[in-house]
Amino acid sequence: MRKLISYFLMALFMVSFNLLAADVTKEQIRGLDEQVQDIKKDVIDLTAELLQLEEKLLFPSNSQVALFVSLADSENLRLDSIQIKLENKVLAYHLYTFRELEAMQNGGVQKIYTGNIRTGDHKLVVSYTAKASSGGEMKRSSSYTLKKEVGPRFVEIKIGGPDAGEQGLEFKDW
Amino acid sequence: MLRITLFTIFFLSAFNAVAENTIDKAPELKDIFYGESLFYSFQDKHFDAISKLDAELGQFYALDNPSLDPFNQQINFAEFSVGSFELAYRMHNRAGRAIKAIMESSLDQSIRNEAAYRLAQIFYRKNQAENALDILENIKGEMSEELRVDEIYLRAQVYISTGKFSEAIALLKSIEKDEKYDGFVLYNLGIAYIQNDEEIKAIAVLDEMGKMRSDERGVLALKDKANLTLASRMLEKGSPELAKQYFSRVRLNGPFADRALLGLGWVNASLGDYKKALVPWRILEKREITSESVQESMLAVPYAYGKLDYYGQAALSYGKAMDNFGSEIDRLQASIKSVREGKFLNVVLDKQSERDKNWLHNLRDKKDTPETRYILSLMASNDFQQSLQNYRDLAELRTRLAYWLTSLDVYVELINIRREYYEPLLPVVEKQFKKLDARIRVRMSQRDRLDQRLKSMVIARRPDYLATAEERGIQDRLAKVELYLSSNPQHYSAEIRQRIARLKGVLHWQINNSYHERLTKAYKEMQTLDVYITNLNKAYRSFVRTRQAATQSYEGYDITIRRLKTKIQADQIKVDGIMARQGRLIEALAVNELERRRNQLEEYQIKARFALAESYDRATKKQQKDEEEKILQKLEQNKMLEQTESVGDESIEGESVKNDNAEEVSPLQEADQ
Repeated sequence: MRKLISYFLMALFMVSFNLLAADVTKEQIRGLDEQVQDIKKDVIDLTAELLQLEEKLLFPSNSQVALFVSLADSENLRLDSIQIKLENKVLAYHLYTFRELEAMQNGGVQKIYTGNIRTGDHKLVVSYTAKASSGGEMKRSSSYTLKKEVGPRFVEIKIGGPDAGEQGLEFKDW
Repeated sequence: MLRITLFTIFFLSAFNAVAENTIDKAPELKDIFYGESLFYSFQDKHFDAISKLDAELGQFYALDNPSLDPFNQQINFAEFSVGSFELAYRMHNRAGRAIKAIMESSLDQSIRNEAAYRLAQIFYRKNQAENALDILENIKGEMSEELRVDEIYLRAQVYISTGKFSEAIALLKSIEKDEKYDGFVLYNLGIAYIQNDEEIKAIAVLDEMGKMRSDERGVLALKDKANLTLASRMLEKGSPELAKQYFSRVRLNGPFADRALLGLGWVNASLGDYKKALVPWRILEKREITSESVQESMLAVPYAYGKLDYYGQAALSYGKAMDNFGSEIDRLQASIKSVREGKFLNVVLDKQSERDKNWLHNLRDKKDTPETRYILSLMASNDFQQSLQNYRDLAELRTRLAYWLTSLDVYVELINIRREYYEPLLPVVEKQFKKLDARIRVRMSQRDRLDQRLKSMVIARRPDYLATAEERGIQDRLAKVELYLSSNPQHYSAEIRQRIARLKGVLHWQINNSYHERLTKAYKEMQTLDVYITNLNKAYRSFVRTRQAATQSYEGYDITIRRLKTKIQADQIKVDGIMARQGRLIEALAVNELERRRNQLEEYQIKARFALAESYDRATKKQQKDEEEKILQKLEQNKMLEQTESVGDESIEGESVKNDNAEEVSPLQEADQ
């Protein structure tokens, strides 16, 4: 009986011990993992270079404009969608997934649009729909004059900031 | 020896509550692109997060004076973030190097302490506890408040791994009341006590852990594990009654329930109470058949019936177990075939699971992967999870490389279109530009001369500079008249001389008298001119830039694109090779585990077959014995009848035979009863 119980005890805890059979060693797993890490590094470096090339080709600095969206008052707002118009043409429209919203609530900033525009003043109209903490649906809209000069222009659209005014939108040039 | 093995296993399977990506909230942003990389990181899109932040850091360090850039205020946090993202993306080597660089820098001690903590964490996770300890020794002074408990907890874990149990106990006791590692501290404290041969304290701590109230799934699982640990410890010490108590505490819906039910049965069996042993085993045998404990219970149940002399029931259960084992062996065989055909890897790369945070956990519920239920314990192992994640990451890299290769082809086409458009256009534009450029230069030098004159008039009064064109014309005409008269003095009368002098005087008076007004007007006009000049310069620069941009939009890319294309193709070959090896490794691990389980079932099947035969033997022997006993009883009765024949009553004898017939029950029926 004692032998039986010992066998049971061993069986109870040895389950995770037999995971690696003789033909797959820890060293093999580690060696392969090192190779995976190396190739990840290669592809990341390559991607950084390709991104720079892409930017240079598609969005030259003299005409580049990029728009970003962030949430300021993250606790009380559940952003559903956003629409951005430039000179009355829709530039971007986005419906938020739960994970995107969560990322923005934690302080992440979404790059919603990158493109090219002429130098000069351009009218930007931003509209969004959201659910307020009370459960009611909100629809807000606000406009902003985007002054495009020679260099690239980066504009942050902050929703629900302290200086956001009635429409809950704040614009910041970076 | 058994004890050491068990404790080693306890330690190896110690719980770790720390998430890999330590950045869970963005600081106040000083750089919008850093915010963008956090956006990706918070969605577990670590590849994008790293490449974006890497690019941003590269641009920052390429600045002439990075300290003037606002990003400089956040640079340490950003460096940490890269390390953290790399950790989350399982690039431990690169993350380690980045963090070590910070540690060895001249940065603030609190930052270096944090770096040391993060690096030690990496080493600990890579099972390099000695290295982790060396790194922790570099921590000087106070840790930041938010990392204080984490550092103590990590240090205690490292101490346990390096055999410094007393030190680990002291540290764990100091954070025992802290809620951050609620349960985890207590469990590890129990393990440290066991390792330190402080049995009584260990049991007390694990007992406390085993009674802990919590709603956290992790803590509840840990609580079950503590009870299981204590139960096995009590069994080992020969205290089955206590073991029973601990086994009974394990939740029936927890991950350790099957093992606890099996254990409880064995405790009762060890006490000789097979009827009680049957209770948990009967519950267990109805559970998920792929569990090892459930399969073992299928042998344990008939074993108990046998011990209770219910051979018939035992034979039936063995038969049922053999049937189950047979069908499970077939299933395992099919699973091994399915894994070898690559179906398991296809499921790992399923598109739907890309959006699922718990894809690994949910893998076992997929209908087309029955094999996953058999490799649950394998899937829970760090190595296997890492291999699966690596395989998915490699698939993602493969997709990205293919995308970039296609994009490069598109870019080449785009460049060609631009070249076709601009090349015939630019020489014409260039010709016109050169003409305009010459005129602009002339005008610019005129403007500069005027400006110089104006500036010189501030120092020395020069009314002649401010004469109008008409006045200058009159002056010229007067000079000509005078020249003529000097060469023809016969026409030079006194009256003419007087008239010339008067005209010159009028002119002089006119120019000098309005000098200040003229000077002011000249300044104002110069200012107006400068406005035009500024606009001209702006247009000029804009034109130069546009011309440059037009040229740059198609020139100078050929070599770069060719180089990048070659690099992508080389990386594609590498990724394919590593992915194939990684896939084979995963399949080998899965097949090994499935084969192990199949072999185990085959062994069980053999045991069941022998036990079934033995049960029949025993049943037959028992039947024979019963029949022999009956014959002996009959003989005895006959003997008694013979002895009492003379005085016997026939009616009583008849009743006795009737009673004997009633007692003739088969062993199977007996077992059923």
